[in-house]
Amino acid sequence: MSAKIGPEQVRKVAHLARIKLSESEVEQFSEQLSDILTYVDQLNELDTSNVEPTTHPLRLSNVFRKDEAGETLSNEAALANAPKKHGGFFAVPKVLE
Amino acid sequence: MSPQKSHTPQYRPTVGLEIHVELATASKMFCACTNKFGDPPNTNVCPVCLGMPGVLPVMNRKAYEFAVRVGLALNCNIATYTKWDRKGYYYPDLPKNYQISQYDLPLSSNGYIDLPVDSQVKRVGITRAHLEEDAGKNVHDLPDCTGVDLNRAGVPLLEIVSEPDMNSPQEVMVYARAMRQLVRYLGVSEANMQHGHMRFEPNISLWIFDEAETDGGHYTPIVEVKNLNSFRALEKTVVFEIERQINEWQADSQNYRMDKMSKQNRGWDDVKEITVFQRHKEEAQEYRYFPEPDLLPVEIDEAWLKQIRSQVPELPAARLERFQKEFGLEAKLANLLTSEKSIADYFEQAVRAGASAKRAANMIQSQGLRLANERGTDVGSLGVWPERLAQLCKLADADKVSATATVAIFEAMMESEDSAEKIAQDKNLMQVSDASELESVVQQVLTENTKAVEDYRAGGKKSKKARGFLLGQVMQKSKGQANPKVAGEIIDKKVLG
Repeated sequence: MSAKIGPEQVRKVAHLARIKLSESEVEQFSEQLSDILTYVDQLNELDTSNVEPTTHPLRLSNVFRKDEAGETLSNEAALANAPKKHGGFFAVPKVLE
Repeated sequence: MSPQKSHTPQYRPTVGLEIHVELATASKMFCACTNKFGDPPNTNVCPVCLGMPGVLPVMNRKAYEFAVRVGLALNCNIATYTKWDRKGYYYPDLPKNYQISQYDLPLSSNGYIDLPVDSQVKRVGITRAHLEEDAGKNVHDLPDCTGVDLNRAGVPLLEIVSEPDMNSPQEVMVYARAMRQLVRYLGVSEANMQHGHMRFEPNISLWIFDEAETDGGHYTPIVEVKNLNSFRALEKTVVFEIERQINEWQADSQNYRMDKMSKQNRGWDDVKEITVFQRHKEEAQEYRYFPEPDLLPVEIDEAWLKQIRSQVPELPAARLERFQKEFGLEAKLANLLTSEKSIADYFEQAVRAGASAKRAANMIQSQGLRLANERGTDVGSLGVWPERLAQLCKLADADKVSATATVAIFEAMMESEDSAEKIAQDKNLMQVSDASELESVVQQVLTENTKAVEDYRAGGKKSKKARGFLLGQVMQKSKGQANPKVAGEIIDKKVLG
């Protein structure tokens, strides 16, 4: 089977994941990702036309809690592990100028 | 066909609207943190909504029921089986780096709402309404950093997506306001705009067509404007975009087309009152949706659905129609009374307690709503309970108090537990309508003012003024307690015979 994941797609996924890849790596991952898909494709040999799609592996549904407010963390506890804080806020690098 | 083709193509705006509504639950969607606006930053948070490792979300039953209630009110199909999905993106206000949402199995879909537009019924399709969790809030006015407040992270958020069925700014506004009214009627959201309970994202494009051509016209590229949090911004955005897209199309009619240019996101600049380009959708982030493994699916059976359906009250449009039919109210007044469920309920309870519909409606319009507005509360919370409003209406209907006096009595009732009648008596506001009681006062006035009596009897220019004078004297003598209508009739009878 021909490559399922071409170099273009590898570059796009790498961009979305903010990963820098060299040209040889693009080649390499294109091959590897295609191989993985080909391997998984074996599942298509099974006839599943009469099988309902599975959306969750557990045969459970409707686990709810009551709408009641409970305990929360104090502001100090919530921010305890924050690398930077400012007046009760988590401080992060400026998002807007 | 005429050989001369028209070169003035027409356009028709095509707008769809996404609305995000925060639900008014006590606690968040997937954890027990308080759902409340305005608390100090990062005080309504816990490991779940902070996105700490190893925690597990648990669904809030009420939030789910609220969402289904809206779906039912919007005539949607309610899915008997739904699941949750993770929508991945990176932003500081999203601590888990994914938002729990519903992707391919939303809890409701394929509905509609009928709207009154220019005395016609405009039907707008509802593509879907699904539940998700709100993100936190970024605060941009701090020095050298952006502040992140996660109190809002995890608040239940209902996303309502319409079909692109709206064709003018006016229709967009009617739809948006109807949605706010609806969620308030349903009691699922306060829909307080200042608190960000409702946010709009319109999708706008123009259908441009030339009646002289047979090609069916074409569309301008869709523009999605993100995160508008007021009706004013929504209206201005839609008006601005229509204008802007016309200009773009006129500048390059061959290329400014949906099939040649990708969808773009724009933002609304509230100061300059323009939309600003943000990004093309082709550069859009890949959300990498996948089923949320930490949450179980939801299945709704008939019994549960029936129970939720029973919580859907009479909806605004139906109530408006009934108020006009049942109570004989004119459209404008009926509209006002049904604008909020609390007002409509208050009115109906007063009528059920014996008030005449018209009197109660007018009293609510001229006094109740004015005072409620002045005091920043709703009419039902002024202290004049519907039963007491009915007392006052009955007094006025029986001519025992004048329309003018009801103003003072209504205000006094807000501060006192006394009955309307007792207050009227204490304040000397009871009106004398009994003809025999008024006769002697009238007689006295007539005797003391023979000139005016003559003028009145003589007819002509001075006549009307003279009658007014006599009536004024009667009112004065009775300390304002005479019923002017009855007193006037007695004067007429005595003078004109």
